[in-house]
Amino acid sequence: MHGLVNRSLQCFLQDSHGLSCWQAVAQAAGVAEAGIEALLPCDPAVTSALLDAAAARTGDSRDGLLEDLGIYLVSHPRMAAVRRLLRFGGVGFADFARSLEDLPGRVRLAVPDLVLPAITVAETAPGQFRLRIAPGVAGLGAVLTGVLRAMADDYGTLALIERDDDTKQGVLIRIDLLDTGFAQARAFALAGPSGDPA
Amino acid sequence: MTRPAPAGQRGGAGAGLLIGAEALARLMPLHLVVDAGGRISGAGPTLRRVCDGIPLDGARFDAVFRLRGTGDRGDDALPADGGRIRLQLRHPPATALRGLAVALYTAAGQPDGYLVNLSFGIDLREAVQRHALSECAFAPTDLAVELLFLDEARSAVMAEHNRLNTRLAEARAEAERLALTDALTGLANRRAMDIALDGHTRGGQPFGLMHVDLDLFKQVNDTLGHAAGDAVLAEAARRLREHTRRGDVVARVGGDEFVVLLAGVTAPRALAAAARRIIARLEQPIEAAGQTCRISASIGFTSSVLYGRPRPDRLLSDADDALYNSKRRGRGRATFARPAPSAAPHAPPD
Repeated sequence: MHGLVNRSLQCFLQDSHGLSCWQAVAQAAGVAEAGIEALLPCDPAVTSALLDAAAARTGDSRDGLLEDLGIYLVSHPRMAAVRRLLRFGGVGFADFARSLEDLPGRVRLAVPDLVLPAITVAETAPGQFRLRIAPGVAGLGAVLTGVLRAMADDYGTLALIERDDDTKQGVLIRIDLLDTGFAQARAFALAGPSGDPA
Repeated sequence: MTRPAPAGQRGGAGAGLLIGAEALARLMPLHLVVDAGGRISGAGPTLRRVCDGIPLDGARFDAVFRLRGTGDRGDDALPADGGRIRLQLRHPPATALRGLAVALYTAAGQPDGYLVNLSFGIDLREAVQRHALSECAFAPTDLAVELLFLDEARSAVMAEHNRLNTRLAEARAEAERLALTDALTGLANRRAMDIALDGHTRGGQPFGLMHVDLDLFKQVNDTLGHAAGDAVLAEAARRLREHTRRGDVVARVGGDEFVVLLAGVTAPRALAAAARRIIARLEQPIEAAGQTCRISASIGFTSSVLYGRPRPDRLLSDADDALYNSKRRGRGRATFARPAPSAAPHAPPD
């Protein structure tokens, strides 16, 4: 498991549920409180232990937490770099949805050793997308559901985003665009601030 | 309508291709059409944005752009056959562009100027920022947006790498410090003393060496408890440090045992005086656990200059022997070591 996954979980718990929540979760999961290194490999068992501990502490389900994590990755100021990298995917939300097939490739460009399963996108009707995520990374469907909901907001688009239960074939996410001009899109300058964008 | 030369016939005309100005603008947002007279007759929307405020239609190409890399020729006309070109806006901000010019022909086969397609090249990021360009400024075939994505991803990961390296370097320095420090007193530990002795003997730097053992410390521990004992040790360590200089090394090597390396101090008389001062200072009362504690110290010392080839273990054991002579003679004494004759280049002074 890539350290980035656990690191983002740590940042999410700290920023959304408070430092004391992270400290309790880290202790319950047997992780040093100082935290996880994003660029060092991580035992997948640690991810699972962190999620169980976080679910027990917050009273949310694992899927609920992972969806919130997805929203956090796009919308929290600390994660501005992630949101910017995602916005490179498309001019509008529909364009972005179509580009999700490229997501594993984009992630690989950014972090070569972070491997995501294949994603296929079918536009079944205008404004109606069916996203299929191949199996391989447990919980990815829930995180991506949160990411998509936050990205729709970011683009100022009103969309219905629902996830079908995980099956052996992977996860299906249904995206129905209701109103692409629902709200003002958040500004995105193609060339961001130079230097460290984080 | 513009009509490029057919493939394989750079200089000639032939069956061509008709393309509307609007389609051309979508296909190549950074294109420029220059007529046979050297005047601009068309430009893509992104290029117009880059030339913000500069009238293009009908303007002379060489009045708007300067050809880079022409050297002393000073000729800003496009090469007759077209080809690769490097341009720069004559007006501020003098944005640099590069691209390819191909000759155009009329339906009758007469030369009809050029079609030039441009790109920002490696200055992409600056150009996009300067001219506030969006994704729509680039054709979908252009990898400009992917390049910007990659650049941004790279710098984000690089920043994280730098932070990780800083944390690792700090952790390493701290681990090294801890590995060489006695936790209770903050003095050097045995390992640090071994390293210092090794360095001094290898480097041939002369030094004096003292082995210090506290007297009456056991009574403090037994009557006032370990907490008081620890406080006494910490205070004794502080006093030892107080009586040494920056280049000296003071180490705690056992429960109440210390070794002191005095850099450059080799004369027995000077070492004996230093040992007496240390004993006198350690004999001053120490407040611990609300009680006044009194301890003393016994010292054995030696000097690196007494040995032909000083070896750390030999010096330590001689200082240790001298220390036990001090103990035998009663507490609060300092004794100079007497290295075995084989080790000494000359007889040690008394």
